Amino acid sequence: MMRHRPLIATIGVFILLTAIASLRYKGFFSTAVFLDLFRDNAFLGIAAIGATFVILSGGIDLSVGAVIGFTSILIATLVETYRWPPPIAIVAALGIGSVFGAGMGVLVAKFRIPPFLVSLAGMFLARGLGLTLSLQSIELKNPFFAAISDHPYALPILFLATFGVGLGLLHLRPFGRNVVAIGGREESARLMGVPVDRTKVGVYALAGFCSALAGVAYTVYTGAGNANGGTLLELDAIAAVVIGGTLLTGGVGGLVGTLFGVLTLGVIQTAITFEGTLSSWWTKIAIGGLLLAFIVGQRLAEGKRMRE
Amino acid sequence: MDLAMSLLEARGLSKSYGNVRALEDVDLELEAGEIHALMGENGAGKSTLIKLLSGAELRDGGIMRMVGAEVNPRDPLDAQALGISTVYQEINLVPTLSVEENLFLGRYPQRLGRIDWKEVNRRAAKALAKLDLQIDPRTLVAELPIALQQLVAIARALDIRAKVLILDEPTSSLDAAEVARMFELLRQLRREGLGILFVTHFLDQVYTISDRVTVLRNGRLVGTHKTSELPRLSLVAAMLGRNESDVSQELTGRPTNALGEQSLVAKGLGLRGTVEPFDLALHRGEVVGLAGLLGSGRTEQARLLFSLDHPDRGVVELQDGTRPKTPRQSLRAGVGLVPEDRKKEGLALNLSVRENIVLALQAKRGWLRRLPRREQEAIVERYIQALNIRTPSPETPVGRLSGGNQQKVVLARWLAVQPNVLILDEPTRGVDVGAKQEIERLIAGLRDEGLAILLIATEIEDVARQSHRVIVLRDGRQIGELVGEEAQPSRIMQLISGDTA
Amino acid sequence: MKAWVWALIALVALLLLNAATTSGFFAIKMVDGHLYGSLVDIFQHAAPVIIVGLGMTLVIATGGVDLSVGAVVAIAGTLAALLIGKGFALATVLTAVLATGLALGLVNGLLVSVGRIQPIVATLILMVAGRGVAQLLSDGQILTFTNPGLVFFGNGHILGLPFALWIVALLLLLMSLFTRGTAFGMFVETVGDNPVAARFTGIDARGVLLTVYTVTGLCAAVAGLVIAGQTNAADANNAGLYLELDAILSVVLGGTALTGGRFTLVGTLLGALVLQTLTTTILTKGVAVELTLVVKAAVVLAVCLIQSPEFRVHVFRKRPA
Repeated sequence: MMRHRPLIATIGVFILLTAIASLRYKGFFSTAVFLDLFRDNAFLGIAAIGATFVILSGGIDLSVGAVIGFTSILIATLVETYRWPPPIAIVAALGIGSVFGAGMGVLVAKFRIPPFLVSLAGMFLARGLGLTLSLQSIELKNPFFAAISDHPYALPILFLATFGVGLGLLHLRPFGRNVVAIGGREESARLMGVPVDRTKVGVYALAGFCSALAGVAYTVYTGAGNANGGTLLELDAIAAVVIGGTLLTGGVGGLVGTLFGVLTLGVIQTAITFEGTLSSWWTKIAIGGLLLAFIVGQRLAEGKRMRE
Repeated sequence: MDLAMSLLEARGLSKSYGNVRALEDVDLELEAGEIHALMGENGAGKSTLIKLLSGAELRDGGIMRMVGAEVNPRDPLDAQALGISTVYQEINLVPTLSVEENLFLGRYPQRLGRIDWKEVNRRAAKALAKLDLQIDPRTLVAELPIALQQLVAIARALDIRAKVLILDEPTSSLDAAEVARMFELLRQLRREGLGILFVTHFLDQVYTISDRVTVLRNGRLVGTHKTSELPRLSLVAAMLGRNESDVSQELTGRPTNALGEQSLVAKGLGLRGTVEPFDLALHRGEVVGLAGLLGSGRTEQARLLFSLDHPDRGVVELQDGTRPKTPRQSLRAGVGLVPEDRKKEGLALNLSVRENIVLALQAKRGWLRRLPRREQEAIVERYIQALNIRTPSPETPVGRLSGGNQQKVVLARWLAVQPNVLILDEPTRGVDVGAKQEIERLIAGLRDEGLAILLIATEIEDVARQSHRVIVLRDGRQIGELVGEEAQPSRIMQLISGDTA
Repeated sequence: MKAWVWALIALVALLLLNAATTSGFFAIKMVDGHLYGSLVDIFQHAAPVIIVGLGMTLVIATGGVDLSVGAVVAIAGTLAALLIGKGFALATVLTAVLATGLALGLVNGLLVSVGRIQPIVATLILMVAGRGVAQLLSDGQILTFTNPGLVFFGNGHILGLPFALWIVALLLLLMSLFTRGTAFGMFVETVGDNPVAARFTGIDARGVLLTVYTVTGLCAAVAGLVIAGQTNAADANNAGLYLELDAILSVVLGGTALTGGRFTLVGTLLGALVLQTLTTTILTKGVAVELTLVVKAAVVLAVCLIQSPEFRVHVFRKRPA
């Protein structure tokens, strides 16, 4: 049971917030609101799935938001300026995102550069390259995007499909278990035959892919390419992961928690919108408060276990 | 197949780190169906030997054979494939994963590209049952007591079809019942034909379980003996580098200075699991020696006396009635500790010789009352001269100095504080002969100035020669006190070895 | 060799490059008793990063990091604009702002030292929540002000030099005195180099950690005042955005290792100047602004790779013998 406690706490917080909001606001507890929850938070959710893998491995990725912005402006440029067919542009963007992530992984794994600095450089690079493509946002006129965007289930399905694949990767493939093992105790994992370096490169490549896919979702959602898109989204992603019960020290946590972490952030956002008089910054304050509660709570639980 | 061929045979193994010879020309033979104890004090080369055998490090010289065929394990995985599995004291398992995952990490059974969890669970249950371990395979390793973690690690090693099992101090943190259980398991494995190399520093355990024992000292092989034919006293003598004729020699020349009043008193000081409650009184001008093997509780006692660990019973009280609770309070109350591991516990390696020397004095004064640079330099100059510290300059990072000179820097740090009580944990370990003599002269000088000194050293003769009295420790307990000429190495070793003869 | 030599060389090289390609780069004009010129501009723009960087240097020297400085900058600026707008006296406002910075730093310090929470995690909380608090204070508006006292922080001059420059000089002096005039710097370096040895030597590591985070909070508040003064406004949304990253980068460029231990305040000053000169160079060369980020990425990577032993082995020794 011990290990499920953070997850139960996360789900509990989500249910509690939803219940309070449903009682307080008429029409909150409805299919439309929940569908929107998945739609509005699709790109955050997809990014958070990648971030979960990175954090489980004991690393961190600050480049998430910048890669989203880069992907978005890249797709818009390819489609609107160079007239590429949208699917090919999207595949190209996903490929570039993965390679970009893999590059960071190589720096982390082979040259032992702290992930914090590597992904900081990655963030500067992605943001800079994105702005080089276009300083202005580019409206997507290609009907492909509007068609997906108009479909109410498209983004939720993309989000949940990514979640499903992530779940499979984490629990059914040795790769996922290796990631958790590395975050748990790298030295032991190495001695037990886990290909540590290869797995780390894979983790960052996966995170790069997820960020790029989040960028695709963002592009569809906003209907435009914007190099400044996704600013500070890495923070929301990390917050969702931590609120989902994954330890930033690695090795503990999982994707179900992250899903509820994302939804919790989404419910806070939605509730604040419903409130009307409350401004958006309450979201940040609430997230900060939740982070504090979770981090201190985990620390206390850890201390208690040490004493026992 | 030649029956004389050993399961694992190593000849002339050597390994250096930089210019430090960690292992030199060591032979080892391990037979199938044998439990072989490996013994030695700190720095004897046990862990280096294990690292070479297990593939964690590459040897510089020598040859390894398994059943006559030469093997060269490149890494731990390679060694495992050859049938050599190692269970380390600490780093065996991933604590945040379940038992079954730990059993199959890196080698999950798969079906259709997916981990076959049913198979994992089934095989895990089987592997655990084989060792009579009643653990739910889905338990997190972190939730298991250390003893069970060790057994799970062994279960993993066996499931990988180990022929050679190397156990690095598997019993160091187990209680008596847990040790008994582990031994039962080892005997079962011996019957099944495994060769087990077992590192420990508990004499009783060597005699309980092992067929043969190999002793290393200072990176060299002292000898391999049938355990049943080796008297305890001889084993202790071998570990401490003395031969039987030395032991019988009378050691003369003790400090003869008069003692002053009590500087430090410990009453009923103890910490469950590591140190049995003990009493100790140190007087001005007195040197008290602590003798005992590695793991006997000597360093643990020192840590309690300096308030590095919080005792769960008893108190330390100083002459003026203060009872320090933290290292900082101990420092302020005039107690100093020169730790056993100078690199890990003593020095800030990137800081200069000067900074490392004035650090404790400065900590005592507090950060606001900074020692003026000129005063710092005067102090440092004085100790560089007095202790003959060889350094290009006081501003050289201390990490660039030789071991002996680094040790003198730590000593200088504590002398600069002008303490009333000084605890010295292995002050001459790993330093050359010249430096050792200098440090011993220094200790005598401090004693004559009225310091109370607690001296811990592996070298029994060193302890005996320099101390007014010697307290002997075994298994975390004070088992005897020898005063003055009574403290003969032979007598100390008898106590350590538990030979009542 | 001093750790900051590389930063100095880089700075000189950049300045010379500019001097060679832009006529009158070093020229400093006196207008209305104020000095103007590229060099003054560089200093002026780098001031907030330097100010925050000085505190960050100590935090990094203990082996930690403070992600919340940007958020504290936003809170400080907003609070100043708000209080001045409500008619409080300048002295009251400044005291309140500095006390707020101090208190926020103290919270970080408590989480790290007493709570023993990883610095990156502990300061993430304030990084996320802090900007929200600033926006709450300002109601999401950009608060403009005309109070000459506050404006002076960003645009004032003393003896012809920008006030921000004096603040930098004063802070550098104070921090140098604080760390090197007392034994505090030595304790910081010991805690960062070997926390175990620090404990064995009787150093109060907890107090050291508490102090460095508190000082950094205070520095961030000062930087918040300078940024607000430079724009005559407090922008809770954008003030101090990414400042923590620039500050960390300046510290690392200046020669203080991210792993802790030895630190150099002068190095951080030089590091921040290198970054700003780089930006200015790109601007004056008419190169697209967006390339600044790409160049920054390259600089971060270069510095990291040079410091990575694995990379050096890879590049310099892995040739077939």
